[in-house]
Amino acid sequence: MQLLLFNAFNGLIQGVFYALMALGLALILSLNSVINMAHGGFLVIGAYLAYTLSPYLGFWGALIVGPILAAGIGLVVERVLIRPIYKRTDPIYSLLLTFGLALIIEDLTRTIWGAQGLPLEVPDIINSPVSEEYFFVTGYRLFVMGITAAAAIGLYLLLRYTLLGIRIRAGTRDLETTSALGVNIYKLRALNFGFGCLFAGLAGVLAAGVLGLTPPMGNSLIMPSFVAIIIGGVGSLFGAVLGGLIIGLAAGIATTYYPAASEAVIYLMMLIVLVVRPRGLFGEEGLFE
Amino acid sequence: MTRIASIAVMWIALIALPWWLPMIGSYTALGSKVLIYAIATMGLNIILGFTGGLSFGQAAYFGLGAYGAGMTLKYLAPSTPLAILIGTAVGGAAATLLGPLVMRRRGIYFAMITIAIGQLFYFIMVRWNEVTGGEDGLAGFSRQDIHFGPIIYRLTETNFYYLVLLGFTAAVAIMWTILQSPLGHTFVAIRENRRRIEFLGIRVERYVWAAFAIAGTITAFAGTLNALLFNFTSPQDLHWILSGNFVIMIVLGGMRSFFGPLIGVIIFVVAQDYLSSVTGNWMTFIGMIFVLIVLLFPRGVLGIFNRRAEAV
Repeated sequence: MQLLLFNAFNGLIQGVFYALMALGLALILSLNSVINMAHGGFLVIGAYLAYTLSPYLGFWGALIVGPILAAGIGLVVERVLIRPIYKRTDPIYSLLLTFGLALIIEDLTRTIWGAQGLPLEVPDIINSPVSEEYFFVTGYRLFVMGITAAAAIGLYLLLRYTLLGIRIRAGTRDLETTSALGVNIYKLRALNFGFGCLFAGLAGVLAAGVLGLTPPMGNSLIMPSFVAIIIGGVGSLFGAVLGGLIIGLAAGIATTYYPAASEAVIYLMMLIVLVVRPRGLFGEEGLFE
Repeated sequence: MTRIASIAVMWIALIALPWWLPMIGSYTALGSKVLIYAIATMGLNIILGFTGGLSFGQAAYFGLGAYGAGMTLKYLAPSTPLAILIGTAVGGAAATLLGPLVMRRRGIYFAMITIAIGQLFYFIMVRWNEVTGGEDGLAGFSRQDIHFGPIIYRLTETNFYYLVLLGFTAAVAIMWTILQSPLGHTFVAIRENRRRIEFLGIRVERYVWAAFAIAGTITAFAGTLNALLFNFTSPQDLHWILSGNFVIMIVLGGMRSFFGPLIGVIIFVVAQDYLSSVTGNWMTFIGMIFVLIVLLFPRGVLGIFNRRAEAV
């Protein structure tokens, strides 16, 4: 029983990272119409910059600055590389461009920081187990969940109540009309891309505290995040978060009973969802069909 | 006429390859690899370039073909033709079975689902250790000489190249026939205007399914040859990075033309071979090739030289 709880909790933490990644990916997917294959790259950038800055800023400073720097680099990438190809209707180009970026970022990370895994030091205050029996429930893991929940709620409030958020949602529905109403959609898409990268960076710093840093960490988190979006339903941010948590949990539970299937199980779940409910749990009917 | 001439030159160069390639300091196996990737990408291009379905997980079928062939030789029977047959059937069957899940999707969603499905097979091969060899890959098999009654065709490096060339020729003939048939014209029509085709009462989804299944089968066939070339296969042969490489090779050559992928494969494989021998950071350079092609040469090499290539 304790083993099951242990694995389920580990899976849930993993699911939190999937959810954060999926949230950023889904944002960029819906407004920028780009599958950001480099999303794992922005995660790695956030994580490694936080690692480099943490001796100077401390963990808390790095936790804030890392994601912001990832978002800043995201803004530059969007402006220089992605904006010129928005007008191409075939999605193959943005896919290949971000794919190339993913390769570049992973390789440069390896060159700059080395292929060896690095640890990110987490302050002792939040790193001690909550109870002896449930040693795996460390304060840090609860902290990760809390921050993620806060970030997701923050994003929800932003999209729901601010002018910027309303414009982003309107642009997702109908970009042309939004533009005709006088919204600068280039600025809107740039900001949206930045938000997406902010979430990737946040996922990176938080994940580094649990899993440590390795150059391929981002590219190994990105595929499950796709699955999270497909299971949750394309077009639904809530679905993306829920999808991430579900597959993380499922992978954790599978680890208890049949470890060899812990990765395959999430893809099998995706196939089942695609057969039973093709639009995903919360997806809108007819989107991208 | 120029077209026929250039195709004739191409075939002569391919037939003579075991003579001239070693002369310029390369090796015949690289020629085999180029042709194998050409089969894979030209097959993929049936769904990607001709039907307009952005399949981004094609390495899965390539790898399934490779594992199918390898496992046939290792566990079932020491027969090269049987290995090719079974490997192709396994990959083709997987694409055919999964087709209904992807055929309704379009654009980025199509891409995302095909990538994710590909990962399923990747993890099966990585984790099914006892049978597939896990991360280390499947070794311990080798291609067997082919017996025609009393005549034995020994699969030396050069002879194997000619087997691959034969496979390439057969695959090209099949694909050309398909694309010239009403079926192939329907594929192109779906790419050009899907909604209009729907209004004509044609069941678009079934045709996308057919294109996906054909593409998967041909890619799987290429995968079987790849396993036989190296007498080895590994999970890298199903990884999404290989899927992405296939797509960039097609775009690099020109995805609207029949032989475009072959050009892209030649450039890409040679560049990769060279870069990985001169720099440890070859991944960065490959990534930069991706970015530059997208920004500067979206129509590919054939698109630059030959505008008519668009119209095939």
